[in-house]
Amino acid sequence: MIDTLRLTAEDAAGLLERKEVSGEELTRAYMDAIDERDGELHAYLHVVGESGTGVPIAHKDLVTTKGIPTTAGSRILEGYIPVFDSTVAARCKEAGLPILGKTNMDEFAMGSSTENSAYGPSHNPWDPDRVPGGSSGGSAAAVAGGLAPWALGSDTGGSIKQPASLCGLVGLRPTYGTVSRYGIVAFASSLDQIGPITKTVRDCARLYEVIAGRDGCDSTTVDLPEPVQIPTAEDLQGIRIGIPKELNEAEGIEPGVSEQVQKAIALAEGLGAEVGETTLPRSVDYGLACYYLVAPAEASSNLARYDGVRYGHRAAGDGDLTALYERTRWEGFGAEPKRRILIGTYALSAGYYEAYYGQAQKVRTMIAQEHAAAFEQFDLLVSPTSPTVAFRIGEKAENPLAMYLSDLLTIPSNMAGLPGLSIPCGLSEDLPVGLQLIGPQFSENLLFRTGHALERALGFDFVPERLRHA
Amino acid sequence: MLHVARLARLEIPEDQIEHVQAELGAILEAVGKVSELDLKGVEPTSHPLDLVNVWGEDEPRPSLSREDALANAPDPADGAFRVPAVGS
Repeated sequence: MIDTLRLTAEDAAGLLERKEVSGEELTRAYMDAIDERDGELHAYLHVVGESGTGVPIAHKDLVTTKGIPTTAGSRILEGYIPVFDSTVAARCKEAGLPILGKTNMDEFAMGSSTENSAYGPSHNPWDPDRVPGGSSGGSAAAVAGGLAPWALGSDTGGSIKQPASLCGLVGLRPTYGTVSRYGIVAFASSLDQIGPITKTVRDCARLYEVIAGRDGCDSTTVDLPEPVQIPTAEDLQGIRIGIPKELNEAEGIEPGVSEQVQKAIALAEGLGAEVGETTLPRSVDYGLACYYLVAPAEASSNLARYDGVRYGHRAAGDGDLTALYERTRWEGFGAEPKRRILIGTYALSAGYYEAYYGQAQKVRTMIAQEHAAAFEQFDLLVSPTSPTVAFRIGEKAENPLAMYLSDLLTIPSNMAGLPGLSIPCGLSEDLPVGLQLIGPQFSENLLFRTGHALERALGFDFVPERLRHA
Repeated sequence: MLHVARLARLEIPEDQIEHVQAELGAILEAVGKVSELDLKGVEPTSHPLDLVNVWGEDEPRPSLSREDALANAPDPADGAFRVPAVGS
């Protein structure tokens, strides 16, 4: 009997290598778990159930998969069947990872709860009345709920790190440019990155190794400066960890979240890390505003392609081509993409460009400089990933600005193109708390090393309490 | 705002204009915070990596077939995308 709730991807690979289970048996175990629990969790939009030689995987539904529906959580792409594979899907295929299915997400990755999915929200395996986070909430719910050993997500403002945090998992937002965006449904091209959501840091490193590296089809990608190292060290000797005051004392951080993060920091010190305070004077104060100009501006351009002509939804009715575009887009997009398209179009329009988009791009430079200054003294920075634990479904759905605050602590480093790893560090109100580790560009190996050592010392149990078997 | 909606090719139904306007107003006020900063002389960032130009060989390779390109079209006709008249 395979316990999919407890099995890590590395465990699963071991079972396959030792021929203790076949690929078919492994996939069957996950399909049974999906039958049992996905009615409650709604982690998947499409279940495929492939089996093969490697550990099966779930892809966020914006990862283009040849012959398998890819909707990005939007009605406007309902019924769309891609005729090509994204580079990350192709790399997973080459590595022998069969596809279990496509996971739910906020429409076009715009949201922090999956409540913006056109197909209804996913539920948090720790408490189904609560959100799994977003936008990669379906991937996080699938892994935490034992419906997939590992999954891919995408992160623009925090869409991997935040759901990993809310579901008690490990999530990596890689350095911008290390993972190909070819075939990824685009949201904000200067920010979007694909990355793993897993149960352990070692699984995370293994999946990152599969997907990372330069791709001729994405000219923004680069070669990794060094090979991915699967972490083994259990100490933090010689690692200097900075605690940015503003990221750790921001308004809205729940006391229970702070408490768990502080405990983890104390543990890091015990493992040999040098810990000290640092500062990102304006990055947190201005990061959110900067993000909500840059990302919508890029989205308004990227989402121009949905016009009802080449693929996707087309509105019925009379009129000329412009009328067709306007009706198709109003019908096909949900409220949040429309909001962002309008904000972005405004911020880029003649007369407002300098004051909004141009100024936001300068703020972005300032944020990158502040992080660079902090890295003169420290190897890594640390903070809570999310200011809160998983919130209730419906709690923030009617208030876009309140929802945006969910990414307050993940956005600044994303604006600077930096990698970030979220690992679970404890519980508050019986719900997981995530610790965010931020490094300089291309410091993934250091993030893995630190995350792994902390994970061992913390001993967090990633199986949701209510699903643990006696 | 109707001008912006027109630029974005979104037809906002009459009865929703007021609601959309109020929501956008609140968001624009919040993001307008960036104007508080004096950033004269700061270079804008459009891309987070210091990449120099990426050149590739100009080699032809197979691309999507016409059939594949039209596979998801809502209204394909005669090997092309059919659309209503442009301007009326």
